[in-house]
Amino acid sequence: MRFETAPAPHVVAGFTVPRVMFPVLLALVPVAMAHVAVLGPGLLLQLAVAAPVALGCEAAALAVRRRAIEPALRDGSVLVTAALLALCLPPYLPWWLTALGTAVAVLLGKHIYGGLGYNPFNPAMVGYAVLLISFPVAMTRWPPLGADLDWATLARVTVHSFYTGALPADLSWDAWTGATALDALRTGLRQRLTMQEIRAGAPFDAIGAAGFVWLNLAALAGGLFLLWRGIARWQIPAAVLAGLAIPAAIGHALDPGTHPGALFHLLAGSTMLCAFFIATDPVSAATSDRGRLVYGAGIGFLTWIIRRWGSYPDGVAFAVLLMNLAVPLIDRYTIPRIYGHAPD
Amino acid sequence: MSTELLPLVGGAIALALVLGGLLGWAASRMPDDVDGLVEQINALLPQTQCGQCLFPGCRPYAAAIASGQADFDRCPPGGVATAEAIARLLDRPAKAPDPGYGVTKPRQVAWIDEARCTGCARCLPACPVDAIVGAPRLMHTVIAPQCTGCELCVAPCPVDCIEMRVVGDARISRQTGS
Amino acid sequence: MAARREFAPGIALETHKQAAMQSRIAPAPAPAQAFVLLDQGDGRHTVPCVRVGERVRLGSPIACADTDAGADLHAPVAGRVRSIGVLERVPDAGHAIIIDNDGSDERDPGFEPLPPPETLPPGELIELIRRGGIAGLGGALFPTATKLAQARARSIAHLVLNGAECEPWICCDDALMREAADDVVRGAQLMLRASGAKRGTIAIENDKPQAGEALGAALAAVGDARLALVVLPAVYPAGAERQLLTAVTGLEVPEGARPPDIGLLSQNVGTAAAVARLARTGEPLIRRVVTISGSGVARPCNMDARIGTPIAELIGAAGGYTGTPRRLWFGGSMTGRALPDDAWPLTRAMNCIVAATDADLVSAASVERPCIRCGDCARVCPAGLLPQELHRGVRSHDESLLERYGLADCIECGCCDYVCPSAIPLVERFRQERVAMRERLAAASRATEARLHFELHERRAADLEASRRREFEDARRRARDHSADGG
Repeated sequence: MRFETAPAPHVVAGFTVPRVMFPVLLALVPVAMAHVAVLGPGLLLQLAVAAPVALGCEAAALAVRRRAIEPALRDGSVLVTAALLALCLPPYLPWWLTALGTAVAVLLGKHIYGGLGYNPFNPAMVGYAVLLISFPVAMTRWPPLGADLDWATLARVTVHSFYTGALPADLSWDAWTGATALDALRTGLRQRLTMQEIRAGAPFDAIGAAGFVWLNLAALAGGLFLLWRGIARWQIPAAVLAGLAIPAAIGHALDPGTHPGALFHLLAGSTMLCAFFIATDPVSAATSDRGRLVYGAGIGFLTWIIRRWGSYPDGVAFAVLLMNLAVPLIDRYTIPRIYGHAPD
Repeated sequence: MSTELLPLVGGAIALALVLGGLLGWAASRMPDDVDGLVEQINALLPQTQCGQCLFPGCRPYAAAIASGQADFDRCPPGGVATAEAIARLLDRPAKAPDPGYGVTKPRQVAWIDEARCTGCARCLPACPVDAIVGAPRLMHTVIAPQCTGCELCVAPCPVDCIEMRVVGDARISRQTGS
Repeated sequence: MAARREFAPGIALETHKQAAMQSRIAPAPAPAQAFVLLDQGDGRHTVPCVRVGERVRLGSPIACADTDAGADLHAPVAGRVRSIGVLERVPDAGHAIIIDNDGSDERDPGFEPLPPPETLPPGELIELIRRGGIAGLGGALFPTATKLAQARARSIAHLVLNGAECEPWICCDDALMREAADDVVRGAQLMLRASGAKRGTIAIENDKPQAGEALGAALAAVGDARLALVVLPAVYPAGAERQLLTAVTGLEVPEGARPPDIGLLSQNVGTAAAVARLARTGEPLIRRVVTISGSGVARPCNMDARIGTPIAELIGAAGGYTGTPRRLWFGGSMTGRALPDDAWPLTRAMNCIVAATDADLVSAASVERPCIRCGDCARVCPAGLLPQELHRGVRSHDESLLERYGLADCIECGCCDYVCPSAIPLVERFRQERVAMRERLAAASRATEARLHFELHERRAADLEASRRREFEDARRRARDHSADGG
């Protein structure tokens, strides 16, 4: 009797790339819900643009590169990029900037290097950084935080800004943009206010200033879900949070007047989103477990540095891109010891 | 363009030209590491010393490649792999070996039919790697592991008792870990 | 007596051993024709020492190894040698000696029970083991006598018997240890005497409690203070030689070295039992315990089968096929080799035959995706390698990268393949590249040798040339002086 032949192993675990990517999308649902609750419906509009543009750009790039389109689109990685980018963008962002950012992320952040698995930089962060530097005004227009906000009008403002880039004639930007906690921190430090004075002013005085805290807690929940399922490993998130919290705590202990504490940093901006979703992109991260600890710690530390002394309110995107640059060096010095070899 | 920018841009262009010209002159004045290059090319050649490239050995051929006197497509024992490796080293487009200099053959060693050997010792000096053991009027034999398959011993033999035999591939154990 | 040890990376796999362990080891019927392959699966050549038409008896030597690295082959049945040549239905198996079984099982008088080993000098014991053709039954088939002699020469201290059997589906060693624990222990003692080791440890996994009990009882009955039993966590590949030695002794075999270099020797428990059987009955290696399993087999079991039995007959003895078996492999599911035809005869290297249906097979996804650098492969690699970097080196043929990241240290266990979400056939690529790397290294060292010889040759030729010129100058000078004088 004849049989087919095939190489070993004959039984494998059955993991596939989609099975790694789609739980990530699921884990982003809590953050998305918190985002809409705190900042208005803008996220949904951004997603509605980012997702199709991402898929379209990926298909176009694959066609030009003469690669199979369907398996690549089905693996879900470009949807993760689109989702993360949409979560980082201000809800007011006009649709053409969102489309541009997504196209940059997919084409210049991923396909120009060879597609999935070959990009040295985190594609979502590439798109975000390009937009931030090129369109600083539009990219720093965030809705005001506060529980007493008129959600209906906020929705109207958002839709109008999304479609036209401007506000309806009867409204002004001053009333409808607000500083985030990190914005206030940066501005306050520039004006040489103390932490007490900064905390007394907007947006901390409004109850809704806790808005970003909710976003971070939701991201944390999603991240813990990924850890529990084994999709993400603990090294990068733990290292990012430690790399951010430890210098923050030291700074606060030495000079509480100019340094907010560790808890503030951990729950501000997109810290948790970065730690569990952005920094954990395996393609652009370091290779070995030890290397990932160094990589994550570097991201956390750079984020703190940029938030404290840099000219951008949130340093996450640049911290990630800078550590992406450092990955080859980190990899070179964190090769695990091979059985039977002396430690180098 | 505003007048303030003009001197700036002009100065930058001038600086670039001066520095670039300086670098180019320095590069042309630095001696070429020819010996190093010959060593590197020689290390890629299979050391068969067969002379099919029309040079008396692999090192003279390496020197000819380094000096540009000959192209790197003349080595049949090295085959495609050697040609590609040298092309990579010299950063030139790869080339397949020119069949005019011979065909690439599987690994072979010379074998002397002892029944016919007359002990004339004409094959001994022909071997470039001294792989034939013997003396006049004594039996000759080929040290197979040392033979490079260059075939230079075949012609000098007056009784045609030397033939080339293909070496079987070493059987690699398929078991785990060995 | 039993100690727990740690084993770091690796994977806890589903074992699929229950079905075949339901019954005791069954004797397989002797085949009507025995097909003894000259290459029993280790890649080493043997040369027939019988002629077609000659009558052989059970255990007669029929083929001799041409080096110490191969073991002699013996007749598994008594009868006439029908032919020596390639098998028609399975030409890939290579040459075989086909013996018609006359049913008599007449023993070759050359083989008798060994004298009590305690009376034999170890060197003679080793020679008797060599004559019996005993080879490593864990799959590598390295001649046991050569291994013991090498160990003796290196004065090894510690013998480890590998009863881990970590790969799924294989359970022949488990059955052997349950039913023939005395043979295993006796074999251990014989190997201690032959190798000169001071102590021996039998290592098993914790999913074999009955085997542990049986071995414990056998050890207690013998009361040899040099022997001990160790239980390891059931993680694949705890039974891989280096990983096992490290788990048992805490020592690591350095790169490029072998276990005897650090005073260790490992042997499969089946090999030990074969040595014991040789000592007790004089029978050379002509049979082995083999697991016949898979959802495609009606009654999975362990069988005591003669070498050279066609696999189809073994499966027939196990109740025949059931369902639609798609793949037939020998070995476990992680490293097993698929066979094209069940006419393939049993070799000494085969510890398990699996006829797998769709229910047993979990194939990697049909489309291979690029590596997403998830790092799961590195997490499970028992050799501490970074398979994703090795894959990158293989794709770009970057030799220095492959050397730095240790492709030569890959034990081809298949753990990285098992977890890869991109369905990359890593082990296959590494195996091909390792073969290519070995050939490249061999060619490079040959080229270096040739270059050295050539340079010596040139120097000698130059010296010869120079001395001839000197003689010529001297002769001319003498002639000139002579004519100046005479002239």
